[in-house]
Amino acid sequence: MATKMIRDVIRDTIDTEMARDDSLIMLGEDIVGGNGAAGGPEAIGGIWGTSGGLWAKYGPDRVIDTPISESAIIGAAAGAALTGKRAIAEIMFADFIGVCMDQIWNQVAKFRYMFGGKSRCPITIRMPYGAGFNAAPQHSQVIHQFVTAMPGLKVVMPTTPADTKGLLAQSIRDDDPVIFLEHKALYGVKGEVPDEDYVIPFGNARQVTQGDDITILATGMMVGLAEKAAADLAQDGIGCDLLDLRTTSPLDEEAILDSVEQTGRLLIVDEAPPRCSLATDLSALVAQKAFASLKAPIQMVTPPHSPVPFARELESAYLPSPDKIVAAATRLMSYRKG
Amino acid sequence: MQLSREALLKAYRQMKTIRMFEERLHDEIALGEIAGFTHLYAGQEACAVGVCEHLGPRDYIISTHRGHGHCIAKGCDVIGMMKEIYGSLEGLCKGKSGSMHIADVDVGMLGANGIVGAGAPIAVGAGITAKSNGTVSICFSGDGACNQGTTFEAMNMAVVLKLPVIFVFENNHYSEHTGEAYAVGAESMTTRAAAFGMKAIKADGIDFFSVYDAMRELIDYCTAGNGPASIELDCERFYGHFEGDPQRYRGKGELDRIREERDAIRTFRKKVTDARLLEDTDLDRVDAEVTALIDEAVAASKAARRPTAADVTEDVYISY
Repeated sequence: MATKMIRDVIRDTIDTEMARDDSLIMLGEDIVGGNGAAGGPEAIGGIWGTSGGLWAKYGPDRVIDTPISESAIIGAAAGAALTGKRAIAEIMFADFIGVCMDQIWNQVAKFRYMFGGKSRCPITIRMPYGAGFNAAPQHSQVIHQFVTAMPGLKVVMPTTPADTKGLLAQSIRDDDPVIFLEHKALYGVKGEVPDEDYVIPFGNARQVTQGDDITILATGMMVGLAEKAAADLAQDGIGCDLLDLRTTSPLDEEAILDSVEQTGRLLIVDEAPPRCSLATDLSALVAQKAFASLKAPIQMVTPPHSPVPFARELESAYLPSPDKIVAAATRLMSYRKG
Repeated sequence: MQLSREALLKAYRQMKTIRMFEERLHDEIALGEIAGFTHLYAGQEACAVGVCEHLGPRDYIISTHRGHGHCIAKGCDVIGMMKEIYGSLEGLCKGKSGSMHIADVDVGMLGANGIVGAGAPIAVGAGITAKSNGTVSICFSGDGACNQGTTFEAMNMAVVLKLPVIFVFENNHYSEHTGEAYAVGAESMTTRAAAFGMKAIKADGIDFFSVYDAMRELIDYCTAGNGPASIELDCERFYGHFEGDPQRYRGKGELDRIREERDAIRTFRKKVTDARLLEDTDLDRVDAEVTALIDEAVAASKAARRPTAADVTEDVYISY
């Protein structure tokens, strides 16, 4: 057991997987850095520090620095994966999905289906995402709501160092295309990571706190905010069953429904704006399948229907917070029918 | 390049199979037998066959919405293709692809593609695999896809990574309903490809031998580690953009003229018989065999099993 930051867990897991599978390649912008520059290759090693040393260890045929060409990055990873390689593609900011959406949505996600089940495309598309850095509207967004809606993709959102290791190893070894979403605010989070080799199967939510009064569903950075809120609520004697979904596709429906059937109250914390989102999707699921258990209307804590703003005051007003979660929980607990 | 009698007969058979497959589809579509959008390749046979006669199963191609010819030339099962276009569960893609997405990765055919320009980035990835296998990756596109940003990104990345990718631009002079003279801003696709830093040549896309010889040179060049290359093939589209296209954009007498003067199959026949490499009787025998194959394909497709509602969610994932 070692204590590590998530960014180092990502780098080390890629290293381990590249060592165990010669067919694994990795592509992205500046994942090496410094190519064609006086400072030489490896000047950067990935702007998020998630690929340092890998180029020197595995060489330019496997750790492939690319031009700023997101469509070609995804297409190249996909074409290699269709023809026998296994590939990791890094899109430097998830916001850039807009320029390579066709390759993800119309190509990667649909190959196996369109080709009658006669192909496999083992590709892990890593995308750093999320707000909290005053990075303004085009470098702060979440995209899980789009990719979760796309049949053919699996969507992974790790929140702890130990989960990151097991979920990334599963993503890379998976034979289906995986969108692996890394919250930028969590890269520096430290935690214990088991030394042995392990994978975490998809579709298994993690129970973060146990409680009988409110089910809280969260992903990514929202899990930590909800955990703080749950600690505050516990002081007031309100018990929260907080589930970190880990993967939004596949979704652990069973854990969600079991929890709501126990608590009768549902609070969803989502970093996406409120329309056509993960929060609305989970609300619909529970309304359809656990309606009789509900003691109060479902609460959603989300940003408003707005782009992510730049200024510190605006961004913090935009984002969910422990206080907003506590307020929503209080509304849930005080709800009286009629 | 001198080809053996067997190689000439095979090339002719492939071209003729494409032509008859497409002509038969044209008729069947008119009868209302086939659903969806279909884009016919007839007229461009020498391009697909002139390229693919050099390739083995570990060489890769990616195609376009006008993909039947590339599929046949690369070795996809013709009866399986016809069944697919008929939407049968016995089709090459179990009725999930239809005309526009036929693929068979086992023979190195990475798919026709409904999105113009989407194939080029994927061909770069197949080029990564090809580089480690000593083979090549071929990106078929046309004068429409040549204007897509994805094509530019792919050409640049193939040059940067020095990959054995050959960008084959079949210039049939129409991107859908718009003329090449309007839509291609550069002097030509060839000068544009050259500007990306790759070897770029042209060949006559209705002459199998012109395409075949040019491709030998390019494949040798790319597999020797020189990076990507491009070839522009001047060719003709005998039908509309899609089946049902009234083609009002064509000039008066244009279709009659290209069918008379720019027919790849007639050109091949004349060359090989004038040179006494094959006799008309040899070629007529191939014609009869191909006719029988297409008849069999259509009959089998009409009799083939249909998919059911239970098949809708099959093959979305390997495991979920």
